[in-house]
Amino acid sequence: MAKKSWFLPAILGIVAIAFPPLLGGYFQHVLILMMMWIAMATGWNLLGGYCGQASLGSAAFFGLGAYGAGLLYLHWGISPWWGMIAGPLLAIIVGISIGLITFRLRGGYFTLSMLAVCEAMRIVFLNWVEVTNGPVGVLFPRTWGDQKLPYYYMVLAIAALSLYVVYRLMKSKLGYYFVSIREDQDAAEGLGIPSTKYKIYALIPSAGIIGLAGAFYMNYMAFIEPNVVFPLIISAQMILTVMLGGPGTFWGPALGATIFVLLSELLRAFAGPVIGTVHYLLFALILVLVIMFLPNGIIGDWDKVKGAFRRKKPAYVGGE
Amino acid sequence: MAYLDINHVVRKFGGLVAVNDITVGLEQGEIFGLIGPNGSGKTTLFNAINNYYPANSGEIIFKGIPITRMSTHEICRLGIGRTFQVVKPLRRMTVLENVMAGAFLRTNSATKARDKALEILKFCELMPRKDMPAKDLPIADKKRMEIARSLAGDPELMLLDETAAGLNLVEIEVAMAIVRKIRDSGITCFVVEHVMKFIMGISDRMMCINFGSEIARGTPREIASHPEVIKAYLGEEYAKGK
Amino acid sequence: MAQFGQTVICGLLIGGVYAVIAIGMTLILGVMKIINIGHGHLMMVAMYVCFALFASLGLHPYIGMLVAMPCLFAIGYLLQRYSIHRVRFVDTILPQTQVLLTLALGLVFVELIRVIFKSDYRSAYTPFSSKCLYIGGMSISLPQLVSFGIAMAFVAGLHILLTRTDFGRSIRATAQDLDAAKYMGVDALRVSSLTFGLGMALAAAGGALLLPIFYLFPDIGTPFTIKALIITILGGAGSTVGALSGGLVFGMAESLGAVYWAPGYKDVVGFVIFIIILLFMPGGLKTVIKR
Repeated sequence: MAKKSWFLPAILGIVAIAFPPLLGGYFQHVLILMMMWIAMATGWNLLGGYCGQASLGSAAFFGLGAYGAGLLYLHWGISPWWGMIAGPLLAIIVGISIGLITFRLRGGYFTLSMLAVCEAMRIVFLNWVEVTNGPVGVLFPRTWGDQKLPYYYMVLAIAALSLYVVYRLMKSKLGYYFVSIREDQDAAEGLGIPSTKYKIYALIPSAGIIGLAGAFYMNYMAFIEPNVVFPLIISAQMILTVMLGGPGTFWGPALGATIFVLLSELLRAFAGPVIGTVHYLLFALILVLVIMFLPNGIIGDWDKVKGAFRRKKPAYVGGE
Repeated sequence: MAYLDINHVVRKFGGLVAVNDITVGLEQGEIFGLIGPNGSGKTTLFNAINNYYPANSGEIIFKGIPITRMSTHEICRLGIGRTFQVVKPLRRMTVLENVMAGAFLRTNSATKARDKALEILKFCELMPRKDMPAKDLPIADKKRMEIARSLAGDPELMLLDETAAGLNLVEIEVAMAIVRKIRDSGITCFVVEHVMKFIMGISDRMMCINFGSEIARGTPREIASHPEVIKAYLGEEYAKGK
Repeated sequence: MAQFGQTVICGLLIGGVYAVIAIGMTLILGVMKIINIGHGHLMMVAMYVCFALFASLGLHPYIGMLVAMPCLFAIGYLLQRYSIHRVRFVDTILPQTQVLLTLALGLVFVELIRVIFKSDYRSAYTPFSSKCLYIGGMSISLPQLVSFGIAMAFVAGLHILLTRTDFGRSIRATAQDLDAAKYMGVDALRVSSLTFGLGMALAAAGGALLLPIFYLFPDIGTPFTIKALIITILGGAGSTVGALSGGLVFGMAESLGAVYWAPGYKDVVGFVIFIIILLFMPGGLKTVIKR
């Protein structure tokens, strides 16, 4: 847990707060997506990167957060803004029940079992029409109409909150225990660490943050349906952003999310009109290359990244 | 009632009986050595005490409390620490962080855990390495770190599994000194070992097992000249020759 | 009563095909010790190959299967040899790097297919697809019966491969103890690459056999990967016999769930089975049968 230089983040923070009002609606939208993915990636990284339990079903928390907000409106006419509390709460409660069962599995089994959970949830939400409205989804008139700026500051706060929560957790006893479980679960047990309990402790903030992003999504997009919030591609993108930036690092997820969103919009703008979904294909390819050649992400494998740019020096250092 | 009571413990793996009805009691404050040829069941017995691979039958009682059905982390909390035959460092954490992970057993504060960890590192003479990532350590230091990690949790009984394996003569002397220091600070030590110099040099009492069963018990001197022990290690002719 | 019998038989027939897919996954799991998250996605590729042959040349999927299987075998072999194997021994922060790579590779194929074929639903419907056999008041789908027969033929063939050939023995040796197998002269990389190819070929067979029954779209793979995983766990990881029995049981349970609970929730039946196994039988059917 090395010391961090706060200069660059501070500058970025000031830019993030001061510049957006100067930009157009489209760019504000991109920034909103960026902040949302920063929060989601950071949340996933807590359970996946730091604690080593890589879940392929974290879209479940996103969807639960979104529906937690949406269903309040659908059934009781309550503003989905209350969902900013209800959504994460729902994600956490369901998450704990899921975790108590799936944490019995390790490694790849756990990863895939979380996908199974998320898929089951998607199917249930699609079919349980009385409760969730099924494929029709939940529609809600947007609070701030066409304005993007208020949403931006809201999601910026969420991203900042998620970074802060992860920062404090990793400095505490919980952080040490999470990494111990990742490094060697059996050794950790031998040190008195009840691994299932602490995996749940990692799951709670992770599900909460991702759920909060989901609740925000409901309020911002004003429309959700099961195939939008629960599909594999959302879970996979959470993993992609973290793997790209650096799993188990603090800034890795944020870096990965930023690159992901920017690249995504660039590709959509240029290649979109030509071949509809080609940017997803490019992402999958990038993910493959990243895992093969930079398996610890840009930040985790920073030495490799630096090495690629260094010009080769002559072998002997003797004279000139 | 002994400090650690192992009563008729049996552990089978399919058809193979790895630990065959072992009964032994450890007294508080002693260093008890367990030897036996490869595959005799020593580590399996440790795994049974610690509940990594629980015993099939038999009882294990520590300080009067039956621990046979407790989970591994509860047993550690009760005061039993353990090192592993094949070291298990928390690889991407530094030495200091590894030991802090052990120290957090008794405290929730990161500052207190850090102070405790530094104290233990001094005790085990590991201070020069404290900021090194555990995966970069040489084997002797990895083993010492594992001891330090367990010590940070204030155990009352330490299970030391093949601490001297892979160490050179100098490192063995250092390890022996540390184990004696541990005992002198009030911690009972149950030591499994192959390296005779190490275990004969520090044990108060010893036991030798082969094929999962006890074959001899006594002081190091008695064990060294026991015909069954010699037969187990060197074969029939040497036992008779003695 | 007839409905019950029909439901059970229908489930068994589909279960047989599920079993073939699951055996592919369990083979890969046994030899390479990883869960292949891209399993269903590569099966989907095979289905599109069969579909393309059907749409352009009118070849029935059972024939197209003979093309798809070698294709997927080759793809699987190349993927393992040149991609997945590369990360096996690399030291990474996240221990599941290999598994995540199978996910990424699977996604590449999904998106590739989506770009080529778009997300529209396709089907390979032939007059044969709706033919039924009528026995004792039950109506049994002929394509499903034939698929089951072919699937069992594959299982039998695989059994012979694993027990009677040197290649099969290398697979079993590598699965039991990699180092010991290496010392015996087994080329681990070659065996794992061939096994991955074999696993993919089996998934391809399963996909081709399912094509006449399901609508085809790029995301169809995910539920099948999950079903294969559940069957693998149900039958005991690495056990081909377990995957077979697990597949049959799974198929029956799904069918009963679809008829007596609700059709839309059919895929959730598997999930319920999954939870039950995790809570009560962590070792899978294998441990129950052994007792």
